[in-house]
Amino acid sequence: MARGIHVPEAIARQPWQVFLPLTALVLFASLVLYSAAGGNIQPWAVTHVIRFAVFVVMALVIALIPRELFKLVAYPAYVGVLFLLLLVELIGGIGGGSQRWLNLGFMTLQPSELMKPVIVLVLARFYDSLPPNLVSHWRGLLPAALLIALPAGFVMLQPDLGTALAICFGGFAILFLAGLPMRWFVSGAAAAGVIAPIAYFTLLHDYQRKRVTTFLDPESDPLGAGYHITQSKIAIGSGGFFGKGFGNGSQSHLEYLPESHTDFVFATMAEEWGMLGGLFVLLVFFIVLRWGIKVALKAPDMFSRLLASGMCCTIFFYVAINLMMVMGMAPVVGIPLPFVSHGGSSMMTNMICIGTLLAIDRWGNRQSGLA
Amino acid sequence: MFGEPRRMTSAMLADRFERRSLLIGAAMALAGVLLALRMAWIAIFQNRKYELESESNRVNLTLIPPRRGWILDRFGAPLASNRADFRVDIIPDRLVDGEKVVEELGNLLHLNAAEQGDLGERLEKASGFQPVEVAAGLDWERYAAVSVRLPDLPGVVPQRGFSRFYPTGPSVGHLIGYVGAASAEEYEQEKNPLLITPGFKIGKDGLEKQYEKLLRGEPGARRSEVTASGKIVRDLETREDVPGHPIRLTINGPLQDYASRRIGLESAAVVVIDCESGGILTLASMPSFDPNSFADGIGRLEWKMLNDDDHIPLLNKAVRGLYPPGSTMKPMAGLALQMNGVSPDERVNCPGGYQLGNRFFRCDAVHGSVDLRAAIEHSCNTYFWSMAHRVGYDAIAPVAKMLGLGQEFDLPGTKQRYGTIPDAAWKMRRYKQEWSASDSLNASIGQGYVSVSPLQLAVMTARIASGRNLLPSLIYGRPKPLGPALPFTPEQLAVVHDGMFNVVNGSGTGAGVRIDINGVKLAGKTGTAQVRRLVSRGHVGDWKSRDHSLFICYAPADKPKYAMAVVVEHGTFGARAAAPIARDVMTYLFDPASAMATLTALEREWGGTAAERMAAKYRAYGATYTRPPPDTAKEVGVKPAAPNAPPSESAITRPTATTPVSTQPAEAHSSQETD
Repeated sequence: MARGIHVPEAIARQPWQVFLPLTALVLFASLVLYSAAGGNIQPWAVTHVIRFAVFVVMALVIALIPRELFKLVAYPAYVGVLFLLLLVELIGGIGGGSQRWLNLGFMTLQPSELMKPVIVLVLARFYDSLPPNLVSHWRGLLPAALLIALPAGFVMLQPDLGTALAICFGGFAILFLAGLPMRWFVSGAAAAGVIAPIAYFTLLHDYQRKRVTTFLDPESDPLGAGYHITQSKIAIGSGGFFGKGFGNGSQSHLEYLPESHTDFVFATMAEEWGMLGGLFVLLVFFIVLRWGIKVALKAPDMFSRLLASGMCCTIFFYVAINLMMVMGMAPVVGIPLPFVSHGGSSMMTNMICIGTLLAIDRWGNRQSGLA
Repeated sequence: MFGEPRRMTSAMLADRFERRSLLIGAAMALAGVLLALRMAWIAIFQNRKYELESESNRVNLTLIPPRRGWILDRFGAPLASNRADFRVDIIPDRLVDGEKVVEELGNLLHLNAAEQGDLGERLEKASGFQPVEVAAGLDWERYAAVSVRLPDLPGVVPQRGFSRFYPTGPSVGHLIGYVGAASAEEYEQEKNPLLITPGFKIGKDGLEKQYEKLLRGEPGARRSEVTASGKIVRDLETREDVPGHPIRLTINGPLQDYASRRIGLESAAVVVIDCESGGILTLASMPSFDPNSFADGIGRLEWKMLNDDDHIPLLNKAVRGLYPPGSTMKPMAGLALQMNGVSPDERVNCPGGYQLGNRFFRCDAVHGSVDLRAAIEHSCNTYFWSMAHRVGYDAIAPVAKMLGLGQEFDLPGTKQRYGTIPDAAWKMRRYKQEWSASDSLNASIGQGYVSVSPLQLAVMTARIASGRNLLPSLIYGRPKPLGPALPFTPEQLAVVHDGMFNVVNGSGTGAGVRIDINGVKLAGKTGTAQVRRLVSRGHVGDWKSRDHSLFICYAPADKPKYAMAVVVEHGTFGARAAAPIARDVMTYLFDPASAMATLTALEREWGGTAAERMAAKYRAYGATYTRPPPDTAKEVGVKPAAPNAPPSESAITRPTATTPVSTQPAEAHSSQETD
């Protein structure tokens, strides 16, 4: 390599193939947020970029954490977050009504968000220490199931269906990847097919039930619960292939689109940037997730493999459910679009996932370097 | 751990992990493709549909109520026009907390308690998206006060628009009618969205209703960008409205106003007809209502006040009031007698009455020997009784009808009552009784069963004055063709003209209203109609039991140009109440300045101009029925209104007296006296 274009190793070492697309996506998102605020960098566009910058630093710090420390903190972190969930539940119980966050003074913390990466971490730790021959044994399933059920149950009580599903999805992904017998999943799916209708009528709150029914037929309630989906589809559909142009989204600017800067930010984007913008967003997530799965595949051991793919699944779940929701393929469950929706908690969760993947990438490289 | 049988190894699990993570990766990719396809379906294949829906979200089409066609008088001056104003409406369906909003609006717009009550009542009756008017004709300050508080007042819509304006207010109330917001039934009938557009008014009565189609015009449209909450962001494009067609009337606007004001405190009707074309110059009925306050949606209190008034302001007496014509029939009877061979020079001795069988009909004076001219001049009943007895009443009734009495005329926007010219067949039909000789006597001097409207009297006067079969018309430039020629010779007419000339200019009953404006003289006939039946309703001397006062006249006497009929309800003698009004109105046509001077002096005496009297009455009325109206009353509730303040003991203290029509003299039998 010629001396003239020498790049410092510290910089060259960074995984630019992830950061460049992510930065592009975040900058694009801040453009969308700028437009959604009626052409103002306040209140969303600037904070979005600043948060990203802050959490990138956090991710880089996480990337430096050694594998042993990850393993060490897995159970304490799980217990800690579980305790926070319980605390939220108690405060909510006293205050009356639904409460999902703790006010720490300088920021509001949503423990259920933290639980998404932590459930992956604790399950990876569990299967890492589980002897391989117990994987097909009930002793390989029951503790894990309990680890999932506890936080999912608490979150469900809040009630926050979307996050509860995200926790379950992350957990099941680990169970699947850890090598549990395929027949369990098949029979589990069959059982879910039976239980779901029952749960629908017993466990779900009225407003959640309404979301499901209106998702199945949004036209049935165009001004009520179906309003979100209908308006979101109008925004995306009226954008066409090239969009209406930057700053010309009438659905978002005239306030027809609800939550235009958070849950439905994709619709805001699609209205102005069209299918082209949508493909760009999908492409960035494709690049990031492909990188994440590659990291998982070349991870040095079971713990890091499971951790890496679990993080990928968590990010994927956010993306998939959010996009399905805004395009009318899933009920409105209140899950933001990673790196695009304005919101600190989800940005933090997703950057924890990215940071963890970076760390695992580093472990793999070092291992391969040693080998 | 090692002792257990090992079916699984770490390597096997790693293998399994690799397979399964590839599977998951593939599933993720598949999900990505599906999402892309879904987006393509919505954004590309269904693009047209969603583009339309987005547009219909974004763009709101509002109709702009068309400016209503003006109603003009014969000189082209407006009797009804439009003025730009600011208004505030409420869309009931968008209201969140009705009571709070009404209260808030009450503060912002300075509505008094009665007006707030009205508004609350209208809101209760209202439904859906049909806007309810809160206030119109607002000044900029109050309009702005509401506009800036809109975010706290969901359902409240302030806007600029035009509202109907009647410059002379109550003077034209009965003539033109009024406009108002369309009712639910009217909307059901027409299904036109314009009808429920805030600020749009349709004709509710009179000419405004009759010519609704012509006056309405074409609405404009405004396309504007609106937010989800209905706030207008900007106007995209506007199509101007097409104003309605103007209508020009034969009415002489200043004369109509003068006549209405000149009526003053009385309850009366004045009709003036052009003797050349038959065009109606004035069709005044007072007291009246102010059509301006109807256009804004009349207040409950004002409505009650109008209804409680025993002068019946809501009745158009000019075309719907029916009165015994009394002696104003005599010129007509004079023509009928001549037609039936009575020589105008034949004399009848009046000993102060007339003996029919065993009944003695009293004349009001001992007139001595009178011929036809003198009988008209002095209004001698004896002459007409004896002559009518000779030719028979059956010879007189057809002439009365021929001259317009008991007839209905083709006049737009008037709901005429045509009264009664009785004859034997009519009496049999109505009362199952034979026609009697005394019926003939009563009918021949315009009493008994005879009842006519002021309009008919004016037509009769115009026909007698001109000798032509004039038909009254109201639309300028479209006079009605003459009816079949009248069968009177010029000589016969001249006799009657002489009699009527002498009534005023000789030693007759109307000598007190003599005029001479550059040679223009008045010819007329007084009339006093008894209101016998009504005596039972009150004490003698009570307003209600007094005689009606009538006067018919034309001028110039030598070359008739204008014919007029004046009826003053319960005005006592014709010469006392009706004739002075007729004189002043006629004077106004030839010498406006001196007529105005007379009126100004009179109005000072009556307690101010018409508007001031109306305002004072409204305040006094409000004080008796609600809390004392606040000082703001003058700027909100009270519109310049009916120049009618009946004698001070009137509606305020008297219990309701809402007889639909003032008199129904068909039942008011027997009269022995006229003036």
